[in-house]
Formats: sequence, structure tokens, C-alpha cells
Amino acid sequence: MTRRFWVYIEQEEGKPHQVSWELLGVARRLADQIKDELEKTGDTALVEGVLVGHNVEGIAREALHYGADTVYYVDDPAVKHYLNKPYTSVLTTLVEKYGPEVFLVGATTLGRDLAGAVATSVGTGLTADTTHLAMGSPKEGEKKLLMATRPAFGGNVIATILCRNHRPQMATVRPRVFSMPERLTEPKGQVIREDIAITPEMINAEIVEFLTDKASTVNIEYADIIVSGGRGLGGSKGFDLIKELADELGGVVGSSRACVDAHWIGYEHQVGQTGKTVRPKLYIAAGISGAIQHKVGMQESDFILAINRDPNAPIFDVATMGIVGDLYEVIPAMIKEIRARKEAKHG
Amino acid sequence: MKEFTVFHALVSIKQVPDTTNIRIDPETNNLIRQGVPTILNPYDAHAVAAAVEWKRKLGGKVTIITMGPASAVTSLRECIEMGADRAILISDRKFAGADTWATSYVLTEVIKAVHAEDPIDLVFFGKQAIDGDTAQVGPGVAVRLDLPVVSYAVKIHEVDLENRTVVIERKTESRNEVIKASLPAAMTCEKEIAEIPYASLPDLVYSLRYEPELWTTEGPISFDPAQLGLKGSPTTVFKTGTPEKHKAGEVIKTAEAGVEGAVKTAFDKILAVDGMASLLGVAK
Repeated sequence: MTRRFWVYIEQEEGKPHQVSWELLGVARRLADQIKDELEKTGDTALVEGVLVGHNVEGIAREALHYGADTVYYVDDPAVKHYLNKPYTSVLTTLVEKYGPEVFLVGATTLGRDLAGAVATSVGTGLTADTTHLAMGSPKEGEKKLLMATRPAFGGNVIATILCRNHRPQMATVRPRVFSMPERLTEPKGQVIREDIAITPEMINAEIVEFLTDKASTVNIEYADIIVSGGRGLGGSKGFDLIKELADELGGVVGSSRACVDAHWIGYEHQVGQTGKTVRPKLYIAAGISGAIQHKVGMQESDFILAINRDPNAPIFDVATMGIVGDLYEVIPAMIKEIRARKEAKHG
Repeated sequence: MKEFTVFHALVSIKQVPDTTNIRIDPETNNLIRQGVPTILNPYDAHAVAAAVEWKRKLGGKVTIITMGPASAVTSLRECIEMGADRAILISDRKFAGADTWATSYVLTEVIKAVHAEDPIDLVFFGKQAIDGDTAQVGPGVAVRLDLPVVSYAVKIHEVDLENRTVVIERKTESRNEVIKASLPAAMTCEKEIAEIPYASLPDLVYSLRYEPELWTTEGPISFDPAQLGLKGSPTTVFKTGTPEKHKAGEVIKTAEAGVEGAVKTAFDKILAVDGMASLLGVAK
């Protein structure tokens, strides 16, 4: 028997979403975790990607570099852009054909829309927004299942969810929760084009226009440096100062939910449970108290500097370093300091 | 197919604990539920507002449904106050423990029954509930009903009841897309979809006396018992816990070290991390 660990390879406009590669790394680790069972039964495990789009063979081949043993792809002009029904139909057909044991999908806007539909259509369980995944036995001696752990109640609780009797065991995973696997220079896998006809019954909606607004070009998810502001800024003008520091550091501007709800800054800047999960090399939290909903979105950052007037602010619990003080004194001093250090380098 | 051109919107809502007010008991690590207010899920409130806005434009009615405990009546009344016309509480102990799959089954059966009496044009959902944050129920129901679904909707451009189409703008990671779908259709709403209106006096008075209909496993429609509640749920909670605590680092006070001193210490520490100096473009 072949035990298949599937990853949905997401693409938009012919560009793969990086979360797909993160998930191939996760799928490989999961497959490795059942090695003991494979040795006993003589079964094999495969890490496989599935991809839908038009002119996507290149992306299928790229997936091999991130560890896929096989990539199945459907290539048709009718599915060039994501639409729920045709994508759901195609993936349902493929799931029924190959019977994967596990199926991981990135928890992007498109991925969540798709995963919920595919799980319903296939008739299986789906755990959303998982932050930890492992193959483990619920009871000793029992066959290993996908143990999908996710935050609930705004991150106050973590719950491990099982899908015992239905297959595949599906989970969505947020971008940046897991790190990127190393890119292999000589991949071993193969790509297989699947001929699935896209019939007119599958098309119940069409995209009539694309609108690109400037704000949506902010991509905090994959930034290396983020300077975030919170309620402590006291108003939307405070973000000018945050932006100045972010620019000086070569970073981008983040925000807590409170500021987005108050319309001080756009949603695309929001870090946290209902915003984006980030894991930059440097995260500066200014005037953010550190509600659990915020912390779950940034606590995997490599270095967290928190600035807050309240020494008891929960943000200090996850900070690598904390400064208790007025951000309107500290941030200008930081801007001055970084400028001086840049000059010192060049001078 | 509908032969008359008034608009019938159905909104599926959920009453949720206000997660911004949830605290953990530091001694027992248990969730402190006591005193946590329950609210109408914020995204659902905006979905109701959008449905009512379009009812006012086109003429017609808005039906609200929710699956939950008896206390969810307050959220249904809130929707009536916003201008909805009819509300159904789907409540039964047999529904308890339902995951998103079993929940979408029950909602689908109810929507089918409402539709059979009074055809629905557009089914609204909030993009997700703030307690579970799964965003799965809307697409799940749409698949079961075989309706086109537009998730993360930010704007309804047009509802054309004559030609049976709807044009909805949605948000993706990198841009907005304008999607044209055939009616009936389903959508899940972002907050931008509509502003919450102030209640009009007649709606307010009406809501105070309004008694939502109660639908249970006893009727008015029947459900397949195998698909209900915990038993009908493919996923089960294996264990729960509290998130791992991170180790807190060094904290300095500007009141003691001075602003400049604190900032210098912070930068020294940041730049001591491998690769950070070149990332920031400064000398170590």
C-alpha cells in the first residue's frame, strides 16, 4: 500500500505561493514520522503535490525541488484563475482517484475557501489554521493519525483535533507557521499531467475584473523586519513615526487589531489571530499591550523588541528584549541611533 | 426559478463568546467563561447589514437562521432590530458537539426548507466566527447546496433579479476580484461589506416583541440522526491545553537607563544576532 501525504500547490497568476513549499516540508516530516509503521507493514509513503491552473508545468517541476515525490497537475485555460467550484471538482476527482491519507492546504484566502469546499465534497473532516502537525497514536499500539493542533477562542486555548474514520485527514496551515525546506538542486520526483475535463456545469461563476489596489501590495507575511504599532500610539498619526522607523530599518509596518478596528491603518497591516501570522528576523512592537490574539501571530519571530510604558504589559512575556518607556521618546531615539550607526559604517 | 422580482436574502449567523474578553485562570489553566459576554459574531453583523441594505434597495425580505443554544435568541433579536424580517433558532441537544461538517449539514437542510416555501436569492455568511475562526461553514453549505460561493466579499456591485445574476467583489491575498455568479448564490462577508445601521424606531419596537421560530429535531423538518452533533462529526477534539509560554527576555526601563542608554543596549543586542547587521545595513 502507498500512504500518500498530499499538499495543495497554490498558484495565482502563474506564481506559486510560498506556503506550498513550507507545506511540502511539513508533509515530508509527517511521512518520516511513520517510518516505524512502514517497516512493519512493507508499505511506502509518498509526499505528493496537486496543482490546478493554466501553463503550470513549471510550478509543478519547481515543487519537486521542495521535496515532492510526485506532482499531479491539471492544466486548462478554464481554470487559469481560482474559482471555487471547478477547483473543488477537480481536486475531489483527484482525491477519489488516489485516496491520500493526509491533505494539507495553505490557510490563505483561496486555500481556506477551497479546503472547506473539498472537505465537504469528499465527505471528510478538516482542521483549520493548524499551528502544529504530527503523526501519532492516540492510544499506544493504535495506527498513527494526523494530530492537528490549532488555537481556539482567540488563541487562549490550543486543541488537538483528530479525524479518525474519514480520509483524507485534511488541515489548513497558515503561511509562515512553518519554515521553508531547503531547495534541492537535483530533485528526484516526477510530474504527472492529469486529464480532467472542465465541463460547463463546473462553471457557475466568472471573474469579470481584477482590481489591484495599492494597499494590498504590502506583504507583511514574508517581511524580514516589521515595526508594529498598537493602541499606545494614540491615533493614526502615530503610524507616521512607525513608518519612519520601518523605512530606516528597511522593514514594513505592522499593526495590532485595535488600530485596524479604529481605522488608524488598513487591515493588510494587521498581525495576529484575525490578521497575518509573521515570523520576521526582527519584530518591533511599539505601544502594543500583547493580547493573546496578537501574540499568536508574531511570537515565532527571531528577535522581538517590545516598547511599552506599562511594565506589566503581556507583550514583554514574549519579547527577546523589552524597553519600558514612552514610545514617543524611544522611537525617535532609535531612528537617530540607526542613522548614526549607518553613517559610522559608511564614514 | 423565481417569477417575481423581490429579493429574499438569508443570513446564517452565530452567537459567540467575545474572545477579546476571555482570560485564562493562571492557577488552573482553565478558560474563565464566567462573565464573558456573548455577542453576535462581528462579521455576521456586517453580513446582516448588507442583506438589509439590499432588501431596502430592491424590496423583499431578510431571513436569519442560527444554530445554537436558546440564549442565541438575543442575537436573532439584534438582527431583527437591524431590519431583518424573520428569524429561526435551530436548537436541540442532539446538535451539540457538531463540527463544521455536521453544522453545515443542519444549516443546509434548514435553508432547503426555507427555500422550498420562499425561494432565496442570496445566502450570506460572515467570513468566519471569532471563536472558532475556521471560515469553513459558508463554503461547506454552498457545496452541499451546489451554489456558487464568493468568499471574503467586500462589496456587492449589483443584484439583477431579472437576469438572475449577482456581481460581487472579493478580496484575495494580492488583489480584489469582481465575480459574476448566477442566482441563487452564497457569499461570506468581510466587515467592509456594509456599515452597521442604526436601528429605526419601528424595527426596534418590533424586535423587542419578536419571538424567533424554534426548529428542533422534532420539526418542522426532519434530519438524519447519523449526521448530527458529535456522532455526525468527522473531527473530534483529542485534547486541549494552554499555549506554551515563551521565555521573557531582559527588560530595561528608560527611567533607569535613560532613553538613549536603553536604545543603545537594544541595538547592541539586536546586532549581536548573526546576519542582522548586514540586514539592517549597519556596522556591528
